[in-house]
Amino acid sequence: MATAVKAKQVTMAQAINRALRDALAEDPSVHVLGEDVGRLGGVFRITDGLTAEFGEDRCGDTPLAEAGILGTAVGMAMYGLRPVVEMQFDAFAYPSFEQLVSHVSRMRNRTRGAMPMPITIRVPYGGGIGGVEHHSDSSEAYYMATPGLRVYTPATVEDAYGMLREAIACDDPVVFLEPKRLYWSKSADFSLDAPAAVAPPGKAVVRRAGTSATLITYGPSVPVCLEAAQAARAEGRDLEVVDLRSLVPFDDETVAASVRRTGRAVVVHESTGFGGPGGEIAARVTERCFHHLEAPVLRVAGFDIPYPPPMLEKHHLPGVDRILDAVERLQWESEYVAGGAD
Amino acid sequence: MTVTEQSRRTAKAPRTTRTRRTAKATAPAWQPRTDPAPLLPEVEPHRVLGTGAKLDPELMSGLYAELVRGRRYNQQATALTKQGRLAVYPSTTGQEACEIAAAKVLRDQDWLFPSYRDTLAAVARGLDPVQALTLLRGDWHSGYDPRECRIAPLSTPLATQLPHAVGLAHAARLKGDDVVALAMVGDGGTSEGDFHEALNFAAVWQAPVVFLVQNNGYAISVPLEKQTAAPTLAHKGVGYGIPGRLVDGNDVAAVYEVLAEAVERARSGGGPTLVEAVTYRMDAHTNADDATRYREDAEVEAWRAHDPVALLERELTERGMLDEAGIEAARAAAEEMAAALRERMNEDAVLDPMDLFAHVYEERTTQLREQERLLRAELEAAEADASEGDQH
Repeated sequence: MATAVKAKQVTMAQAINRALRDALAEDPSVHVLGEDVGRLGGVFRITDGLTAEFGEDRCGDTPLAEAGILGTAVGMAMYGLRPVVEMQFDAFAYPSFEQLVSHVSRMRNRTRGAMPMPITIRVPYGGGIGGVEHHSDSSEAYYMATPGLRVYTPATVEDAYGMLREAIACDDPVVFLEPKRLYWSKSADFSLDAPAAVAPPGKAVVRRAGTSATLITYGPSVPVCLEAAQAARAEGRDLEVVDLRSLVPFDDETVAASVRRTGRAVVVHESTGFGGPGGEIAARVTERCFHHLEAPVLRVAGFDIPYPPPMLEKHHLPGVDRILDAVERLQWESEYVAGGAD
Repeated sequence: MTVTEQSRRTAKAPRTTRTRRTAKATAPAWQPRTDPAPLLPEVEPHRVLGTGAKLDPELMSGLYAELVRGRRYNQQATALTKQGRLAVYPSTTGQEACEIAAAKVLRDQDWLFPSYRDTLAAVARGLDPVQALTLLRGDWHSGYDPRECRIAPLSTPLATQLPHAVGLAHAARLKGDDVVALAMVGDGGTSEGDFHEALNFAAVWQAPVVFLVQNNGYAISVPLEKQTAAPTLAHKGVGYGIPGRLVDGNDVAAVYEVLAEAVERARSGGGPTLVEAVTYRMDAHTNADDATRYREDAEVEAWRAHDPVALLERELTERGMLDEAGIEAARAAAEEMAAALRERMNEDAVLDPMDLFAHVYEERTTQLREQERLLRAELEAAEADASEGDQH
């Protein structure tokens, strides 16, 4: 039985490759550009075979300059093309920030809708692969803080395909954050030839239903939270796991509905806690669910430090134990007594 | 003999005993990618006026009328800042030859990529001046549909519009369309990383794009010598494999000629050109700036004697291609434009605060809809307060 399942298994990397291939095949205005995306097929092999199939004009290497890649993509979009650019690593995307913040995110608004920017910016992000400095950043907070951008991040093979297709078809610019440590995660249910429909972007999904508390998470932390929920059963906790999928737009409705059901919430992400997405999410949950909350919304995030060297990253990344410790701090019994004994 | 041939020869290892013995250690063959000599700009800025070169009477009288109109436009826009009708105006007084020539060398299907200083080029291309000035009036960030007029929105972040021009030109070429993009930038902008990346991409892709650098001497207050150690800004093309051209930016006939050649070169598949037009910003950086803090009157006066409008006017008059009646007609047309602009800018802008939420995304997000409701409620409350106040 194990062999049969293995034969059908598809990785997230393969699903993303297929999404790009299908988009290129269906829409002649789609163009893939970036560093090493041509003959090599990308450093993660995400664009493998695309240049051979569609030619260099449709999937081609650019000079090594991220601002130039995104800046020229703006011009291509102005002319009616639908560029899909690859930023090789999270931290390598920073040179392109001015184009992103000053033009990509604002062009539609600036021109009162006359000139939308249907650009997809693929960014392999996050840690856990033993990368040296500048290869493991969680840069989502920067993107979330920029109005005009959509920010998607898949956690499953199915979403990787479906959400990327949606992103490319979308007339708004989408920062598509690919959790690089999930590139080799597999799904036995996903078929490359008949991809299943996924929830529309902008909708969060409950990955595991539970009653005790809600873990609100996304991207690379989703499998970690599912594992934590599994482990929590032994401790008598039944945790719900909400996969946000889209950080912008943010699905307040699904998140708040879950927290109202469970009465407790922990936000989990790799990004730094201070100024990170968790603060915004905790505030939104509190604003909407205050009378349903049994405890303050807690955050389990990366430390407020530059991303650590690979030999130390395990201490930085939110793991099952740190998540379960946070769950234990959700004031299951009235621990605080005003003026109580010291 | 080309440089390439030369280098092939010199790339061979010299015949010494040592290299004969260790022939396998010879360095792999090397040669420069292109011959740099044809990329070098003129030694002196290219000039046409005053050289006795042949002039096209029809083209010259058209350019003259546009220069006069452009000068009047600059004066009128500056006056509008003093009347509070424009939030700010970065003037191109003294640079009209570049602005007009850039607009006039393009065909209808071509694209213009202006910086925030280049509203005159947009107007000379036929854009309604009120629409061109929207950003500077402050009622919106841009006032026109770029695809309708093939003029990109004015770009305030320096040089960031240059890669857009390259991408658009590249996209047009991929589609097989006959489109050239002309991108405008100042001397200060050439220090930005986007200038470098745009030129590099353009050269590698052989994109049909023309870069026009108006070297007006100053980036707000910082003079060129603090901006670059390059021999000229036009020389910067050489490092990318792009030919550089150096032209007198106040000689409209010369700027037109050089830009027209560059556009034709791009159109026929010859790739990008970098043009440096040497000019001078007669006014301060904007109405909010005080240029006397960083430059001498004598310098300004020297440039006043090389004024682009006067230069052409004198030349055409001397050649008998322009008479008093022609001058008067051009001035009258310019006055008419200024009066119409003044009148329309004196009307209050029509503002709808709900526009703030309308175009951020294709569809408003839930959060933006909530914020829109909040603002609407605030406005309704303010209106109710006001009408209550009227009743008392």
